[in-house]
Amino acid sequence: MTIIKWRPGRSGSRFDPFSEMQRLQREMHRIYNTLTNTWEASRPAGVYPHLNITEDDNNYYVRAELPGVDPQDIEITAQENDLIISGQRKIPVEGENVSYHRREREAGSFSRRITSLPTHIDSSKVAAVCKNGLLTITLPKAPAVKARHIDVKPV
Amino acid sequence: MSDKEIQVRNKRELESEAERTKPGPVFVPAVDIFESEAAITLLADMPGVSSENISIDLHENQLTLSGEVEPLISGKEGYLLQEFETGTFHRQFTLSDRIDQKAITATVKDGVLRLVLPKAEKAKPRKIEVKAG
Repeated sequence: MTIIKWRPGRSGSRFDPFSEMQRLQREMHRIYNTLTNTWEASRPAGVYPHLNITEDDNNYYVRAELPGVDPQDIEITAQENDLIISGQRKIPVEGENVSYHRREREAGSFSRRITSLPTHIDSSKVAAVCKNGLLTITLPKAPAVKARHIDVKPV
Repeated sequence: MSDKEIQVRNKRELESEAERTKPGPVFVPAVDIFESEAAITLLADMPGVSSENISIDLHENQLTLSGEVEPLISGKEGYLLQEFETGTFHRQFTLSDRIDQKAITATVKDGVLRLVLPKAEKAKPRKIEVKAG
């Protein structure tokens, strides 16, 4: 008789359907993440407004389409790796004797929070511009996490 | 009414159109259209479009709006999350009333186009009194 050492978590000679399943699940996650290549789920969140987030060496950029929103009605709060964009979209009443043929634009309040920026930001230097209904927030990365370029010197 | 939360909607992409010379997606702007006795007013959401990049064309009764959006990001930026795309806005309407073409006014503010199309004299409603015979 041969004695086989018991190794938990690894399927030795014996077929373990559960660990096999877990392995498969991990593999699927890995493939999914490679394909989508974003740090959050690539499916848009069901919250207004939709956001685009980009980065370069020094900053993160958060952009949102906010047509018809007065820049004074937008509030932005930023700290560490957390950002909140909230505000009001007002559509004024257009006279009394008008009849609407189409009404596709919507008024109301909005609030969106991002909690998972990959690194901390320098919240004292966050800047926001709203031009033609397009909001751009520039979030400088905290100095400690900025990429540093190192030159290799020839000897 | 202002306490209502805005529901998020995906931008509507234009489905069929004659082949375009410029590549990139084409979106249908959301509009409000209302009519008073004197004019038809159209409001269109076109975020990212400046007044120089909007073209409004009224030919016969066909009104065409289009707006170009400049590329959003510079070459050095990489996407972490992309929930919306930008491109050209395009939408056409057929107007049923006679419009005084010379008096049309268009303004853009915060990415919203406001187009006022005053009705021509003929199209304004006249009240006709019915006399007792």
